[in-house]
Amino acid sequence: MTEDILVLIKENVIQGRVTQDDEGLEEGMVGQPGVSELTEKALAQDIGPEDIINRGLTEGMDIVGQKFEAKEYYIPDMLASAEAVGVAMEILEPHLAKSGIESKGKIIVATVKGDLHDIGKNIVSILLRGAGYMVKDLGNDVDPQSIVAAVREEEPQFVGMSALLTSTMIHMKDTIQALTESGLRDKVKIVIGGAAVSEEFAQSIGADGYGADGFQAVRVIEALSSSVES
Amino acid sequence: MARQGVLVEPYQRLKPEQLERIHRASLAILTDPGVQCSNRNAAEIFGDHGTEVLSIHQGGAPYWLLKIPERIISNAVQAAPKVVKLGARDENNCLILDGHEPRVRFASGSEANNWLDVDVETFVSKRNPDIEVDFPVFRVEKGTVDRLARAARLCEHLDSWDSFLRTVNIQDDDITDDNKDVNKFFASLNNTTKHVMSGLTELSQLSNVVRMSQIIAGGKDRLRENPIISFITCMVKSPLQLVDDTTQKAIEIAKRGIPLVISSSPQGGSTAPIREEGMVAQINAEILVGIALSQLVSKGTPVLYGSVPGRACMVDLYDSYGVPEFNQYNIDCAQMARYYGLPCYSTGGVSDVRVPGIQASVERLFSHILVTLAGPQYIHYAFGLLERTNTFCPVQAVLDDAHISMVKRFVTQPMVTADRISESLEQIRKVMGTSHKLYVRFVRSALRSGEIAPPYPFEGKDMVDETLFRARERMEEILSLPPSHIAREVLNKVFQEVPGLLTRLRNL
Repeated sequence: MTEDILVLIKENVIQGRVTQDDEGLEEGMVGQPGVSELTEKALAQDIGPEDIINRGLTEGMDIVGQKFEAKEYYIPDMLASAEAVGVAMEILEPHLAKSGIESKGKIIVATVKGDLHDIGKNIVSILLRGAGYMVKDLGNDVDPQSIVAAVREEEPQFVGMSALLTSTMIHMKDTIQALTESGLRDKVKIVIGGAAVSEEFAQSIGADGYGADGFQAVRVIEALSSSVES
Repeated sequence: MARQGVLVEPYQRLKPEQLERIHRASLAILTDPGVQCSNRNAAEIFGDHGTEVLSIHQGGAPYWLLKIPERIISNAVQAAPKVVKLGARDENNCLILDGHEPRVRFASGSEANNWLDVDVETFVSKRNPDIEVDFPVFRVEKGTVDRLARAARLCEHLDSWDSFLRTVNIQDDDITDDNKDVNKFFASLNNTTKHVMSGLTELSQLSNVVRMSQIIAGGKDRLRENPIISFITCMVKSPLQLVDDTTQKAIEIAKRGIPLVISSSPQGGSTAPIREEGMVAQINAEILVGIALSQLVSKGTPVLYGSVPGRACMVDLYDSYGVPEFNQYNIDCAQMARYYGLPCYSTGGVSDVRVPGIQASVERLFSHILVTLAGPQYIHYAFGLLERTNTFCPVQAVLDDAHISMVKRFVTQPMVTADRISESLEQIRKVMGTSHKLYVRFVRSALRSGEIAPPYPFEGKDMVDETLFRARERMEEILSLPPSHIAREVLNKVFQEVPGLLTRLRNL
């Protein structure tokens, strides 16, 4: 029974189905439980969050990654699967502490002050959740002080900032300055992204990393996680 | 099954009254000034059917001036089939060209003398020797029978390439006027299962080519049912002159019932008026003469309305294919063919420039899109032609295939149905209920069903333009596939019964 439901979770991650209303890549899946219903069901059957994560969600995402590398899957497939995993992780979040399982890390993400463009930030959020991170999304047009307040309250390991416009990217620097003045800069790693910015700009404002796209952002954060742990 | 091409909602550049006006102008041209005919048989045939024929001897070669009445033209248009089948070795690859249906198929051309290979070489910066860059280097070769066979193999595997029209002029040392036809048809037929079309070099070879085609098609009757070959005849030398040699070829082909393209290729500004209405009136008259002759020779001969109008380059008076007027002329001709209900052999996709690149892409994309939108049944010149048709480049043909597949999507009819609107509303409501507000997950089924375009096949990494390199890799991949050769026993029979075939072609 346990095996069956974990296999179903894994299969539905591969199909990128969040709920029973979602279609998969194969025909006739609408109406069958998706990852969120299956995760609830697994918890109700006392299957541990660790098994759900490791044998359901992670194994599913591993296969999705392989399919993506093999060019069998496209970015929309990757995002659909990551979204399904992200939703499952939200369901599992209250149970993780009880089970003594630590999340891979908490990340605050925001589009900076004056900028309403949040597609990139949303994609990064989906991918990070899919990769097992807890993501606190502050939205768009977020001023530096709001980010400082969120860091103080949420105590994340990472801050991710996005900007599309050359006129708003300067607020990334302002935010880093505000975090420094608040004594919080050393407590977080800061990663930036968005069409307006570059690796060079990230270095110039004192960010810790730069992601050219959603996938690179996840890789950069994974690398920074390893360096923090070591 | 037949190859479906793409059905378009045709762009109507000419209004109905303008079509009628051009038709009337063409009829007027055919009586005054009339058509100069250098072929005695054609003059007699027209004369026997009520055309006023004047024998002209004014210095130079004598000719007959034909004053062709409207009745002959209207009878011919009525007699010519409105649906023409171009058969294929694999009948799933045949083309059913319906003059009333704007369904477009794409073919190559045009017996270019040159074959352009693309090599990749690495260059080192003079300023900084640490900087190396790969760059395409172009190598011009002459057309050969081996290269013609390679082009046919490309055609076989490229989805948008519906019909193989000989790409290069074969210039091997062992090719002569007397064996050229059988060898070019054989090299083509032995390497693609799609329809093969070509001109005829020597009338004396017509019987051999037809005999070869009968053997390959499975007999005389089978060739009639499934005409795996067709011929192009440019019997008109613009303006308004029926050439002795090609007119005689057209007469003989029409007697055999093989599909025939009645092609005319006037050049606006030199051999035709440069203004649109004058050009189209003249080319229409020229094509109608050919169609009339074909139907007088043999009523019901399957013919295509072959419009190849060009415009003169104002620098050197060569053809210029990148100019807007080229598209206007061709769109108008497609409309004229539809006015008569005749399947249209049209023209698009050539570049003036010698090598693939930005200029080539821009020039050919204009006509790939615009002429397709006009809805002719068959667009020739669509693959690989550069340098105003003097050069065929197989890598360019691979690129053209990808671009034509995109054009075909672009011209596809919209599907705004009640069901699809409902599905869209459901999608919008669903996405608005999410935090990320992204529609990406709904892309997936559309991507896989083929409803939306796949990623561009030659995209480079990191936004670097590697198009030519990727297309070259694709070409090599295709050419490494086993050829779709004719069955061995059929091939043996062809070599036994058809004179002039080069022995080395057995394995090509």
